[in-house]
Amino acid sequence: MRSSKLSLTFAYLMLALITVLFIGPFLWLIRSSLMDLSQIFTMPPEWIPRPVRWENFGRALTVLPFGTYFMNTFTITISVIIGTVVSSSIAAFGFSRIDWPGRNVVFAILMSAMMLPGAVTLIPSFLGWQALGFYDTFYPLIVPAYFGGGIFNIFLLRQFYLTIPRDFDEAAFVDGASYFQIYRSIIFPLSRSAIIVVSLFCFLATWNDFMGPLIYLKSENLFTLALGLQMFQGTYTAQWDLLMAASAAVVLPCVVVFLIGQKYFLEGITLTGLKG
Amino acid sequence: MRKSLFYGLLFTSPAIVGFIVFTLGPMIASLVLSFTDYSVFKDRTSFIGFDNYVRMFSGADDYFYPSLAATFYFVVLRVPAVIVLSFFIALLLNMNVKGRAFFRTVVYLPSIVPAVASAMIWMWLLNPDLGLINTLLNAVGLPGSLWLYGENSVVPAVVLTSLWGIGGTVIIFLAGLSGIPRQYYEAIDVDGGGWFSKLRHITIPLVSPTIFFNAIMTLIGSIQVFNEAYILTQGGPNNKSLFYVFYLWRTGFRDTEMGYASALAWVLFLVILFFTFLVFRTSKSWVYYEGEGR
Repeated sequence: MRSSKLSLTFAYLMLALITVLFIGPFLWLIRSSLMDLSQIFTMPPEWIPRPVRWENFGRALTVLPFGTYFMNTFTITISVIIGTVVSSSIAAFGFSRIDWPGRNVVFAILMSAMMLPGAVTLIPSFLGWQALGFYDTFYPLIVPAYFGGGIFNIFLLRQFYLTIPRDFDEAAFVDGASYFQIYRSIIFPLSRSAIIVVSLFCFLATWNDFMGPLIYLKSENLFTLALGLQMFQGTYTAQWDLLMAASAAVVLPCVVVFLIGQKYFLEGITLTGLKG
Repeated sequence: MRKSLFYGLLFTSPAIVGFIVFTLGPMIASLVLSFTDYSVFKDRTSFIGFDNYVRMFSGADDYFYPSLAATFYFVVLRVPAVIVLSFFIALLLNMNVKGRAFFRTVVYLPSIVPAVASAMIWMWLLNPDLGLINTLLNAVGLPGSLWLYGENSVVPAVVLTSLWGIGGTVIIFLAGLSGIPRQYYEAIDVDGGGWFSKLRHITIPLVSPTIFFNAIMTLIGSIQVFNEAYILTQGGPNNKSLFYVFYLWRTGFRDTEMGYASALAWVLFLVILFFTFLVFRTSKSWVYYEGEGR
């Protein structure tokens, strides 16, 4: 869109304001995490920590076993990503590269599950896992990923597969390839960027999940970072230096993953929005 | 394309089994449970017909209507706020400003912050005595607010904290906006129309499918707000932020009344179904699709 000088000036002013509003809380987080408690509460607020209290991080991360929480979160997240990628890419193959009677009906039925609020299945799922003896284990958080990996991801990958020319499959058939070989050596490698998008979203959703761990995990040595941080808040109310240091430590991995995979994140959201 | 029912089912069976075991089965089980008085504390469970539903709507449950009211207030405030604000930001980013990539990152970054961490940050920012926001308000001569601790301010405060994470919606709008051909705007330039007539006659009609998509997703997400209630407010003060899914969780898992909580879950399901249907029905009158559809 062509824009006049006046409207451009307005746009820059608004964008500057938006930047302050969106980045401000991060600065407040970092600033508070590096201050001692007396400087945190000074009025008017100061922005530069003096002295810089790096030891806040050390204290925050040792009063609770954050190392264990980190490893738990990491284990769950990696297991879910692997399950999601394998299982949704195979299902998407079956819904786009193989022709079978009833395919579109089955796909539409699965799609309808996207509208279903998670709360409806919450209680029976919980009772089921409990009856099987898997309450207070990672299984309820991981196993579902291996069965379809979420209809949304299947949908996304299917959309992507549909853009790959059919001639590739036909040529491979002529050479005597099986469906599984076509999936493994043609379709999966060609959809690398879509697979990365799915993995990144899956990472964020699992890493940040709060309700799942809250419901299925009871023992503190199985807690995830999100649960641990929440418990930390209950114990250290008003210790804003430690709370902010712990929060910063939980936020950091997400920011790093985002900045590395930024391009894919933005592409991925665009893809989902356009096809909606 | 080759036809093969066997291979088709082979490849899709994990997803189909997953759907039956983790979605369809639990859904039916939850419907059945909603007609029972199932609870861990009870020795035996019996079918009680529609008693759970009667208890809900007759007013015998002191929390049901307050939780509906809190959720409704939250949705009514949040959905328009998210749509208008993210559309506005997307419009700014769609102008030929320098540093678009930078601003896009800035706007998206908060939406990747884990809910618990984001809640901590906002609790501290909104702290009535020592938080940054009240301090700034006082500095310019405005009165502060109790924010999360005030009966009237708690829902707006939660909406405010959630607006920090609208980045994803902005990016989807941006994708919709960048798909509008330049020539359309030039036509208005020729006719001598200003920015408002461009917005009114070109931008909004052409991105209406995106507005529709974002509105539905924001609506469904807002109805199911949970983390904020659990972490920020625990439903208080005086049940003013007793959001529905939080109340459902509390009933089922803290009070272990899982039969009743299942009935709550089914009412939620029907409510979401109803609103989604409503938005779809009205969409025909305002959503503009180009000839070939999508």
